[in-house]
Amino acid sequence: MRTTRQREIEPTLEAGIWRRRHILDLDDFTREELELVLETADAMKEVLSRDIKKVPTLRGKTVVTLFYEPSTRTRVSFEQAAKNLSADVINLGASGSSVEKGESLIDTVRTLQALGADAIVMRHYHAGAPYLVARHIDVSVINGGDGCHAHPSQGLLDLYTIREHLGTVSGAKVVIIGDITHSRVARSNIWGLSKMGAKVVLTAPPTLLPLGLGAPHFPKIIIEQNVDHAVEGADVIMPLRLQLERQKRGLLPSIREYVQLYQLDARRLAKAKPNALVLHPGPMNEGVEITPEVAHGAQSVIEEQVANGVAVRMALLYLLLGGAQ
Amino acid sequence: MTALLIVGGRIIDPSQGVDAVGDLLIADGRIVQVGRVNKALPYEGYSVVHAKGMIVAPGFIDLHCHLREPGFEDKETIATGTRAAARGGFTTICSMPNTEPPIDTRATVEFIQKKAAAEGVVRVLPIGCITKGRRGQEMVEMGELAEAGVVALSDDGNPVTDPRLMRYALEYSRLFDLVLIDHCEDLSLSESGVMNEGWVSTRLGLKGIPASAEEVAVARDIALAEMTRGRLHIAHVSTAGSVALIRSAKERGVAVTAEVTPHHLTLTQERVIGRGWDSTKAAPLPLSCYDTNAKVNPPLRTARDVEALITGLKEGVIDAIATDHAPHTDVDKICEFGIAAFGISGLETALGSLLTLVHRGEMDLSTLISKLTIEPAKILRKSEIGTLKIGASADVTIFDPSAEWTVDPSAFASKGKNTPLAGQTLKGRAMATIVAGELVYKDELTKVEIKEGSV
Repeated sequence: MRTTRQREIEPTLEAGIWRRRHILDLDDFTREELELVLETADAMKEVLSRDIKKVPTLRGKTVVTLFYEPSTRTRVSFEQAAKNLSADVINLGASGSSVEKGESLIDTVRTLQALGADAIVMRHYHAGAPYLVARHIDVSVINGGDGCHAHPSQGLLDLYTIREHLGTVSGAKVVIIGDITHSRVARSNIWGLSKMGAKVVLTAPPTLLPLGLGAPHFPKIIIEQNVDHAVEGADVIMPLRLQLERQKRGLLPSIREYVQLYQLDARRLAKAKPNALVLHPGPMNEGVEITPEVAHGAQSVIEEQVANGVAVRMALLYLLLGGAQ
Repeated sequence: MTALLIVGGRIIDPSQGVDAVGDLLIADGRIVQVGRVNKALPYEGYSVVHAKGMIVAPGFIDLHCHLREPGFEDKETIATGTRAAARGGFTTICSMPNTEPPIDTRATVEFIQKKAAAEGVVRVLPIGCITKGRRGQEMVEMGELAEAGVVALSDDGNPVTDPRLMRYALEYSRLFDLVLIDHCEDLSLSESGVMNEGWVSTRLGLKGIPASAEEVAVARDIALAEMTRGRLHIAHVSTAGSVALIRSAKERGVAVTAEVTPHHLTLTQERVIGRGWDSTKAAPLPLSCYDTNAKVNPPLRTARDVEALITGLKEGVIDAIATDHAPHTDVDKICEFGIAAFGISGLETALGSLLTLVHRGEMDLSTLISKLTIEPAKILRKSEIGTLKIGASADVTIFDPSAEWTVDPSAFASKGKNTPLAGQTLKGRAMATIVAGELVYKDELTKVEIKEGSV
């Protein structure tokens, strides 16, 4: 089985680098670990380019996706990743399960463990929920997004996409625009990007920029109030989804003004480097944080992010469940 | 006549400025003699408690605890809560009225009193609601509650949001000289927050409760107290800004008093991440983070706030220490941080936590004891407790300030095992607790002898 797996896909698994049981955030990843994930994702991408995009690596393993919040790309992408590796996949949502009957999260995941899950990919509206789960069961936990805290697989696929286009992440100026306060994507990206040597610039209305960013707790983060200054010379620009309810809750005077002050349009994009990449974690509010022409323009790699998401998630599942044990 | 003699302890009674080694004689529930007591005592038989190397202080008074009964007996009862108090060295505890039903009628006040008399081991002084049902709409019948024996009024857990109603309550309460204890929190500013708003909440992606949520409410209450001349007591002060507001109000002569909890004096927001977190570095979160045992309202704040609270306490801006003992079940606490109940089970760790301030040289023992004895007694207008004066009620706490012990929640008398201090070593604990002359708690190491009297 081991040799078959090695023949099927050939990431360089140097023993010792990967000792991880869970993927809760990127804050505890070393640079070597991040590089291992990206290299493994290269191998997975090669698998995805084949006619038959399936390898038997995780045959007999069971991956459960447990999603307490709606999701298209993350859930489907993990499911696809697991299936490409021949794992069995069980999809569970809050509705239609015992969660609706008031079952606690801990009881739910214990049940999944008892039913034979090898990994649980979970999304939860409460920050920290994956840490709670990882404390209570022996199954590998992959955080598929927890509240406003972290979304590590998104951070990794962003790293992968940037590296694929720029050759390296190190030294790149990455500008994240928008609702940092409520963004788990921004938080995970801060750790991944800064560990890989990128220069991370955040720009947001003051009402959507949380306290305490920057040194000593968030090293290497630059806050730039003025979005036009922020995007100057950028290698990568990532506008974040603006949830329309933020305006209703009084954080912004109007969507119109947000569009005027923060929207990534062709004019702002032109201030960045000529071939700067446009990333977006999705789902987009086209016409709000990003114009349709930029979202679908030549510099946009948004669809590639989605495709890369499958490769990166295959890499994560492989490393957790089929790796160098 | 029943008698009890405490020998050889260091007697510290801030109400009289006493700090000397000596003996304390108790008979018929009263303090009879302080100082050197002759060996032959005119009683038929009496107990001798050996207190050498220990501190003998007036029994501690807790202005703020949650006994959960009636309504939430799975969290705590009067029986278990008073035993937890005794283990912590508290001889008098004031029970908050956020029970079910809330304490807003004579019948519910009497229920607490009867339960406490039948099942409790320390003195329980009930606090009544400010508004009917704690709904913040109509004042309770303060006259009836005062007559029934409440020592204060509070909608604790709920602030009185309507400033006009708070004004009327402060005015009306003057009729009975009742103090109003307000949980100062602007609910619009704190809305759905679960911890202090700051770098930790940002790091954890949790909704923060800003310091200003407390401070605007404190400022409002002070303005109302100043206008009405009603007696205001600010519960669980947690921010440097609140300390500054109370300081300036006191300087103007406003009738305001304040309390602070042991946890706000000793812990910071970083505790939500975990113990021993180095806040100068950007380290990865440990698996044990999002510790719901550090979830409390008001939230644990910053080191700067802790410093201001200690200074405020020493300078008398903050009058008293109160535990805000808030026991919860595992179901309430072992869950997602966002839905976990607020609160720390604090009666049994209060003394050990507070003594860290003394051991670090930040506060002297006499000041600390005054904040647990005479100062809360003054707020309650109770002259017979919080003191070791001759004739006072024989409520005495004997503690060893240097006895080290490890916090083990499973050994708590409280049903609430929710403490962020589990596994931590504390220095100092109660060795014996005496309420009205009765030894209600004794550490296994405390030596008690029964003596023949000379009658």
